[in-house]
Amino acid sequence: MKPHGTHTDPPPSPALRVQALESLLIEKGLIDPGAIDEIVELFEHRIGPRNGARVVAHAWSDPRYKERLLANGTQAIAELGIGGMQGEDMVVLENTPRVHNVVVCTLCSCYPWPTLGLPPNWYKSAPYRARIVIEPRRVLAELGLELAAETEVRVWDSNAEIRYMVLPMRPAGTEGWSEERLAALVSRDAMIGTAVPTIEPRGGASPR
Amino acid sequence: MNGIHDLGGMHGLGPVVREENEPVFREEWERHVFAVLNLTLAAGQYNVDELRHAIERMDPARYLQTSYYEHWLHAAEDLLDAKGVVTREELLRRAVEITQRSSAAASGTSHSQVSGAPNGSRAPGAGRLPSE
Repeated sequence: MKPHGTHTDPPPSPALRVQALESLLIEKGLIDPGAIDEIVELFEHRIGPRNGARVVAHAWSDPRYKERLLANGTQAIAELGIGGMQGEDMVVLENTPRVHNVVVCTLCSCYPWPTLGLPPNWYKSAPYRARIVIEPRRVLAELGLELAAETEVRVWDSNAEIRYMVLPMRPAGTEGWSEERLAALVSRDAMIGTAVPTIEPRGGASPR
Repeated sequence: MNGIHDLGGMHGLGPVVREENEPVFREEWERHVFAVLNLTLAAGQYNVDELRHAIERMDPARYLQTSYYEHWLHAAEDLLDAKGVVTREELLRRAVEITQRSSAAASGTSHSQVSGAPNGSRAPGAGRLPSE
């Protein structure tokens, strides 16, 4: 492999490298400077796990929607106006009292952007990618999720196209709740499968 | 390809560290890598498979030592150079120019306005050229 970018002293930082790259691409007319802030704003503030939580709450409230969601994730999610890059081939995995699902991308960091936003650092980290496939119960316990011994754990490793999202179980005691109130219970981690929704606040902070 | 990126099942990588309420981007430059990558993808400079393959070809030790967005940056530089869109020589020359401009500005020896200092925490003009 050819070394690169090492002819300055010190070697260019990632900040300097991207600044150089960006300015050259703009100069060559290959990217639009206005679009840079736009796409960052979109993923920093507008696309995130609240989208996925809306999907989950709707599935909890409407059994027919849930059927459609499990049969064709992409299409059912699009019914709520959610879709796009990294969400073109969605598969939704239903948790049941017997089966708990958890999602990883061992080869890179594939993640369903339209429903969950950009992945958290731990999801992209080498330890999670390495360990969740060989010792899922232990990793889940370390992340605060103790599963019953009789619960089957299914680990889903994303491929180049498919993006997975977990449909968690609706917590008991939420009968008659509005979708909005239900959605507030659904954390990002519950849709990755490293947490489960509960009506008791855990740890006080906003849901992960 | 059984490369370093194929991490599933590997031992010895330590605990999974989860940070509460982490920001979407940790550093300003990560925002720019994210944007540049997506915009060049959208413009058809390469596709996702090429990007992934460029990351998979990284030096294994470097792969493990660098972050997600550094992987992306590496892939963009690699592919754009290979396609002759933006060469490494151009990148290096530009990096040197930016460094010289910002040090000139810092020492007050230049009348020119420097937009986008490389180390600014939120440089509004980052990536734009001084002539703009």
